[in-house]
Amino acid sequence: MSDTPDISSMQGLRIWLQAPVAASTGQARAQAFWRGWLRLLANKAAFAGLVVLIALVLCAIFGPYLTPYNAMSQDLDIRLLPPSGAHLLGTDDLGRDILTRILYGARITLMMAALVAIIAGPTGLIVGATAGYLGGWADIVAMRVVDIFLSFPSLILALAFVAALGPGIENAVIAISLSAWPPIARLARAEALTVRNSDYIAAARIQGASNWRLILRHVMPVCLPSVVIRITLNMAGIILTAAGLGFLGLGAQPPSPEWGAMLASGRQFMLTSWWLAAAPGAAIMLVSLAFNLLGDGLRDVLDPRDD
Amino acid sequence: MTDHADDKIVSANGATSRWRSLAGAAFRTAISVAVTVLGLLALTFFIGRLLPLDPVLAILGDDASQEAYDRMVVKLGLDLPLWQQFMTYIGNSLTFDFGTSLTSGKPVTEDILRVFPATFELATFAMILGTGIGIPLGVLAAANRDTWIDQTVRIVSLIGYSAPIFWLGLLGLTFFYAGLGWVGAPGRIGIVYQYDLQVQTGLYLVDSILSGRWDIFADVFSRIILPASILAYGAMAYIGRMTRSFMLEQLGQEYVLAARAKGATRRQVIWTHAFPNIAVQLVTVVALSYAFLLEGAVLTETVFAWPGFGRYLTTALLRADMNSVLGCTLIVGLIFIALNLASDIFYRVFDPRTR
Repeated sequence: MSDTPDISSMQGLRIWLQAPVAASTGQARAQAFWRGWLRLLANKAAFAGLVVLIALVLCAIFGPYLTPYNAMSQDLDIRLLPPSGAHLLGTDDLGRDILTRILYGARITLMMAALVAIIAGPTGLIVGATAGYLGGWADIVAMRVVDIFLSFPSLILALAFVAALGPGIENAVIAISLSAWPPIARLARAEALTVRNSDYIAAARIQGASNWRLILRHVMPVCLPSVVIRITLNMAGIILTAAGLGFLGLGAQPPSPEWGAMLASGRQFMLTSWWLAAAPGAAIMLVSLAFNLLGDGLRDVLDPRDD
Repeated sequence: MTDHADDKIVSANGATSRWRSLAGAAFRTAISVAVTVLGLLALTFFIGRLLPLDPVLAILGDDASQEAYDRMVVKLGLDLPLWQQFMTYIGNSLTFDFGTSLTSGKPVTEDILRVFPATFELATFAMILGTGIGIPLGVLAAANRDTWIDQTVRIVSLIGYSAPIFWLGLLGLTFFYAGLGWVGAPGRIGIVYQYDLQVQTGLYLVDSILSGRWDIFADVFSRIILPASILAYGAMAYIGRMTRSFMLEQLGQEYVLAARAKGATRRQVIWTHAFPNIAVQLVTVVALSYAFLLEGAVLTETVFAWPGFGRYLTTALLRADMNSVLGCTLIVGLIFIALNLASDIFYRVFDPRTR
């Protein structure tokens, strides 16, 4: 039994991953990951969600090369064309190809979602893990702040922040992040509470580890899996909030091909040219559905307690 | 030693101990609600100060004289230290004085009271629909776990979670109003009836029944049914999912097995044995989803031209009318806290397991 995989063939890698006894920490971790991956693949719904998301990322990256049209340039001769062979999803009121705009819009949606995850995830994790580990006043104060933020539905809180900061994508991201970190902090705190009195923490402390080191190296890694699942599950809501802000005219501004803003400008043509609003709405739903499916699957894989 | 003796006396008298623990819980709850409300005020105050717009210029316009400007600064209390401004803000907010709306020129509280019944009627209608359909669907899915029924319910509720509500509203209007003509136009009441209806409660469905005008009732009903159904879809998805998981937990218990063994039918076991055990949990879920309906109302009302709280808020937002925005935000926060508190109390009173 070696502690590095025989990567000369897939067979060797598989044997290494399925070895009954792991020879090293690295191998044990790789095996745990492998088992989780297999369980995720076995979950059809989660797998479908994953496929859709990968397709979306590919569209966002390669979208401009997939389409002969430009997302911004207007051509009033071909305005409001219904879906056809040349324009698969039709054209909008300014003669722009809707499918092209949706592909470009995928970039905006994914970028906003990723930024919110990058801001809200670590913030929630640090606040929650620190509060849970330190306990006492730090915990009381932090959880009270979390409760206050959770007293607002996230869209309302985001609306209030955008009203103060002004409309635009950057401000929408800040506003959504401000309403997205509290549930994550609460979750991370609950996880931190379960380990704060455990022996391995005590052992590390006796060896002279500082509080910061303990939180960063020993408490936060324990909180990480549930935080990741939670962010994936919340991603659907985050995308809906971002689209809602765009729809209300407070997020991305026209002529940006953000899906919510596209829907809002297609709204007035709803009765005559339904595809203007139908297509971006369907895109929003598909992505949020994919995140919901993947999040559900991840929860089943990583948290067997729910079964 | 004395602590121990105290314990004994209290436990010898069960009623005293229960009363004492209830009073303690009530006290703790009161403190925590007070702190949360204070935090809520601090948060809205802070958001108000974030404003890049100058509130004075927002009122007076760009070409105000320096003298008028200074007078307004004093009048708004902006020359005072921040903590003093915050104290004034707390005092005003606790008496529901949120200032004057820049758009309507009336006190924000008056505006909110005027538009709130429309949202209340819409959300309550949606709540009744969502609960009435969601709970049976959840029970059905749990009773038929992993069959096609369960899968269908799961897919239907997943779509309810994932679809943007404003999009469903637009599609619904196109299909059911413009296409099939099954439902009424956007708006709350037809213009021909608008000045006919005697408004007593502010809930048009109730008002039209009270005044015996069934023609108005039909008009109002045909207009509320679509936005309410679309709002209800999201609530139904959430309630159905929670009902299913609560029910599954109960159906795995031994008393269910015992009831089946003594000969009770499946229907009896589900509805008379298991359901009462999840009823109290469900009240909490319903209360929570009611609060989220307020959020959904913001987007739904925009689509359906519904003259309610949500549309008032979005109009105020687009005009940077911060007094109205913060007043609305605060009201939603207070409703949220009140609903949470109510379901918490309900839980304590009606669920013996929490004692």
